[in-house]
Amino acid sequence: MKNLFTFTSLLFALALATTACTKKTDTTSQSSDEILVGEFGSLTGSEATFGQMTNKGIALAVEEINSAGGVNGKKIRVITLDNQGKSEESVSAVTKLITQNKVVAVLGEVASSRSLAAAPIAQQYKVPMISPSSTNPKVTEVGDYIFRVCFIDPFQGTVMAKFAHENLKAKKVAILTDVKSDYSVGLAKFFKETYTKLGGTIVSEQSYSSGDIDFKGQLTNIKTAKADAIFIPGYYTEVGLIARQARQIGIKADLMGGDGWDSSKLSEIGGEAVNGGYFSNHYTSESKEPVVVGFVEKFKKKFGETPDGLAAMGYDAALVLGEALKKAPDLSPQAIRDAVAQTKDFQGVTGKITINGERNAVKPAVVVKVDGTVNRFVTTVNP
Amino acid sequence: MEEFVQHFINGISLGSIYALIAIGYTMVYGILQLINFAHSDVYMIGAFTGYYFGNYISRLGWVTLPSWSAFFFTLACAMLVCGFLGFMIERFAYRPLRKAPKLNILITAIGISLFLEYTGQIVFGADPKVFPNLLNDVELFSSESGNVRISSFDIVILTVSVSLVVILNFIIFKTKLGKAMRATSFNDTWAALMGIPVDRIISYTFVIGSALAAAGGILVGIKYPKIEPLMGVMIGLKAFVAAVLGGIGNLTGAVIGALIMGLAEQFVVGYGSSTYRDALAFGILIVILLFKPAGLLGKFGVEKV
Repeated sequence: MKNLFTFTSLLFALALATTACTKKTDTTSQSSDEILVGEFGSLTGSEATFGQMTNKGIALAVEEINSAGGVNGKKIRVITLDNQGKSEESVSAVTKLITQNKVVAVLGEVASSRSLAAAPIAQQYKVPMISPSSTNPKVTEVGDYIFRVCFIDPFQGTVMAKFAHENLKAKKVAILTDVKSDYSVGLAKFFKETYTKLGGTIVSEQSYSSGDIDFKGQLTNIKTAKADAIFIPGYYTEVGLIARQARQIGIKADLMGGDGWDSSKLSEIGGEAVNGGYFSNHYTSESKEPVVVGFVEKFKKKFGETPDGLAAMGYDAALVLGEALKKAPDLSPQAIRDAVAQTKDFQGVTGKITINGERNAVKPAVVVKVDGTVNRFVTTVNP
Repeated sequence: MEEFVQHFINGISLGSIYALIAIGYTMVYGILQLINFAHSDVYMIGAFTGYYFGNYISRLGWVTLPSWSAFFFTLACAMLVCGFLGFMIERFAYRPLRKAPKLNILITAIGISLFLEYTGQIVFGADPKVFPNLLNDVELFSSESGNVRISSFDIVILTVSVSLVVILNFIIFKTKLGKAMRATSFNDTWAALMGIPVDRIISYTFVIGSALAAAGGILVGIKYPKIEPLMGVMIGLKAFVAAVLGGIGNLTGAVIGALIMGLAEQFVVGYGSSTYRDALAFGILIVILLFKPAGLLGKFGVEKV
């Protein structure tokens, strides 16, 4: 009995201490010359480079906004939470950002599944959320507070289908989908629709689950189907292994994918096997446009590495938000939302960004070819 | 037909990795009637030991990668580290609970498993690592049409697995230690009365089982060079199902069960739908528990391990 009492009182003391702490941080974080913006992303987890690169892009953009005078005299401060690459963690991260940190807007996520998990929370609290690079169309369909600054999968699927048909002249394509990922399933579907419309044949449709390490069974089937090219709309972690095993069992077909391939880890995991693979992306660091050249230079100077597509998207998302914060008459969620929705012809690194009625950005995509750690520019496809 | 042969080869290769992990489950169960859930995480630690050790020795220039000596050094190092880890887990987590109800120790096992997984995420980082290239993959055989291929990795994995299982069988059935293990598994009180140091025998069991899991980790590392702290979860569950399928507590059963699992998975992917791959593993578990609860080779109450 005495034990129980001690335990309860300890628990009580602990609870007191925690509330005291939260209160304390709350008062400090509510300083009047700062605007708090939340960011959630996969800083760790199996697609860690997505979150890390996006985070660097956002950090660079916010630094620029602040050094140029901030938003009407106020500095932007980003609070970043790690969701470990998990949907359920995304939900709690966004809830925490909104209810505890009281952020005025949320930036995130890269993976569509995780944006889809978090979006209903942002919508429920009516806090604007801008996804830098979730391409699944369902993300912004969640509600009128959810935006994105990238193109969507119906377009990305079309880009790769046309590329397979016109540039690679592939007659027979096999598809290998990650059934656990909304992004992968959606992209595969849109690719298939356009490709069959163009007159191509899908000879084999196989699937895997993220986290799998053995793909030989699926690849053996694809090999028997004699595909000219394989479309793998997955994330780089699995794509690297798939490419390796495909070459091991002697598949010589071209490999293609979407922006989920964009990571420096792709060639690390896939080795030589991923070389020569094509994927659609938001931008290319090889572009000669002054905006891009300037961005790549600044990024390299700050972080010592070449920004990938996701870093560029993070950068653009933060700039679009910064612009909206400047334009908004006050910092109420409603005002910020309206300002983001009115974004028109904003010159970002990844092209001119105009938010349309469905709260998506309409932009061109590029197709790049993997060559070691570098992605060589192949072609630009306009919407 | 060629496709069938290729699926068969893939299945055996996958199955032999399951076998190394399944043996660990079955050995511990045979002696303690405990399902050691932490086993699949010991396998993960094995892979990470290989990752750090392999990179370390190549940086120091002791060996050049890829080479056989690098492979065997790394394998030995990982087996030692995990053997020690297995010993520690038994000594500090399970032994104090030996006399407690079975449920307590089972929950402790789950606790240790989660502890290792999340410590791994903090220490190693949760992002996937690329396993060092310890061995070169060479194509050993290719049919004329090129549809059937056997790579050196398939052979290495099979050879290492088979030789470890043979050594293990030798230890268990031909040595004094093995006799003591069998006696302990039969009845630990009586074994103690006969002068068998039961605690030490149980420690040995954990050391051997964990070392085999480490070997599994290294083999998976060279074949599928992406390792992460949660890599043991799925493969551990499948190896566990394999052990149950073969009759948990029975060594040969574990190997047969693992090969069946590997083959079944590849054939489901090959001739059915790849979506049902994992569902199959657990489907098998349910069917086995319904019709042959003791597994293929398991018998109730007879000699185990």
